[in-house]
Amino acid sequence: MSSDEKAHYAEHAMHDVVDHLAPPQLGVDAGLFRRAARNGLPFVVVGALWEAVAHLGLFPAQFFPSLETVAATFVRLTLNGVLPHHALDTLVRLTAGFALAALAGVAIGIVMGRSRLAEDILLPLVSIGAPIPGLAYAPLFLLWFGPGDVSAVVLVAFVSAFPIIYNCWTGVKAVKEIWLRAAQAMGADDRRLFSHVIMPGALPYILTGLRLGLAQAWRILVAVEMLAAVPWGLGWLIFGAQEFLNTDVMLAGIAVIAVIGLALEKLVFQPLEEFTVVRWGMMS
Amino acid sequence: MTADRIRSLRRGVLTLLAVAAAYEASARSGYFAPALMPPLGIVAQALFSSILDGSMLHHAAATLYRVVSGFGLAVAVGLPLGVAMGRFRPVERFVLPLSSALMPIPSLAWVPVFILWFGLGNTVTILIVFYAALFPMLLNTWTGVRSVNPIWLRAAGAMGADEHALFWKVIIPGASPFIIAGLRQSFLRSWIAVIGAEMLAGSDWGLGWVIFDAKEFLDTDVMLASLVVIGCIGFFTERLVFGSIERATIYRWGMAHSAKG
Repeated sequence: MSSDEKAHYAEHAMHDVVDHLAPPQLGVDAGLFRRAARNGLPFVVVGALWEAVAHLGLFPAQFFPSLETVAATFVRLTLNGVLPHHALDTLVRLTAGFALAALAGVAIGIVMGRSRLAEDILLPLVSIGAPIPGLAYAPLFLLWFGPGDVSAVVLVAFVSAFPIIYNCWTGVKAVKEIWLRAAQAMGADDRRLFSHVIMPGALPYILTGLRLGLAQAWRILVAVEMLAAVPWGLGWLIFGAQEFLNTDVMLAGIAVIAVIGLALEKLVFQPLEEFTVVRWGMMS
Repeated sequence: MTADRIRSLRRGVLTLLAVAAAYEASARSGYFAPALMPPLGIVAQALFSSILDGSMLHHAAATLYRVVSGFGLAVAVGLPLGVAMGRFRPVERFVLPLSSALMPIPSLAWVPVFILWFGLGNTVTILIVFYAALFPMLLNTWTGVRSVNPIWLRAAGAMGADEHALFWKVIIPGASPFIIAGLRQSFLRSWIAVIGAEMLAGSDWGLGWVIFDAKEFLDTDVMLASLVVIGCIGFFTERLVFGSIERATIYRWGMAHSAKG
């Protein structure tokens, strides 16, 4: 890592270290095998501890199943298609909610950044809505839209829209006045100004906003599924399993949630972030 | 105040009034059931009567107790562990893979498991808050410690600072912008988690619980009143508590011009 890169990393990490968990190049020089062994070791230790506790019978097996049981349940539920169905519905909801939020959020954010009137009108509403945790709206949405998919998707969209709006607004405002004037002096019309100056200038912020919005959507979706009584979905799977004390099903569900979360992290968040950081230098 | 700001302020106030009027009009139009959309007067009444009879304060106190316990626990664990990760390679190698596997799991996914393990009540809520708050704290501290300029460490070492002085005089102040951003982010997550956990693992008191409970009885006025309280608490902790911590530390030390979380 050059010192320059380090500076980027540090600067950026200040904004949101958490949504960005790039493990530092743990032993780049080490072989792939050694790296895998090193990263795997903590899991082996924790797994062994878990197994020991489970097999010692300190807790009833129903509440504290051994890892074999969880794995067996995982395989059984995957093969009979239950787990994939739950996961698919969760992903569809995540995508639908996030897509709504992205469309509305980017549009609102850009309008707020460009027009003083829109900013004056919308900013108070956004700043009143934002500090309330999204889940607090859940019962209200359930009353208004009824339990089920509509409530879940609308709620996820509503909650993840705030970081998107906020970042798009900041991004458009961060476009330097001098670039605008330079482009105008060179005869750019409004459309060209927007597509060639404002959008590229604001894009790192917009992408950051989308990333934060998606992370936010993911964080509350599972809970929303528990509250909204949707027929399928990982949150509902876990919540429903509680009634029957199926701890193995719950843990299998959490494993799937972890896999999806990690995939989002590695396939969406980190590439997006590297893309913005590398392409535009620093974020601020 | 410039004319520009006055105009912004006037427009802002006008918007809020217009939205309130639109809400009031649709609430009174009778098009929606009044149980689902109570007029603002009734919401205000619910808010004041619940504050006056002490129940809202009790709910708020219960929620704050849970949030502060879980958050405090997360700081007590995350801060030292994060520093240890930044200072000692083996700790980093052990904790980092685990935390990158656990972090993408939303804390609220654990609620049903924790309910089975610990039963309904404060323990579940506090642990959920702890889980939500731990990772931002841990990773920010870790990043902060790693970002301390090595030259400062060497300079302090050359001037004869021992490990103790190095830690308190160089590492902690140097990492403080990250640590404070971590505190802030942790608290934000805690605040979301506590509301969700209270809804799902509802005990008798708590702002999240009261909202969810009010839904059963269609007490929309109580729900909206609790939302107002939740919003106010969130807003004031964010602005007053973390804003003043930031001003008292990193701005004064000149560590950062603006370290927003």
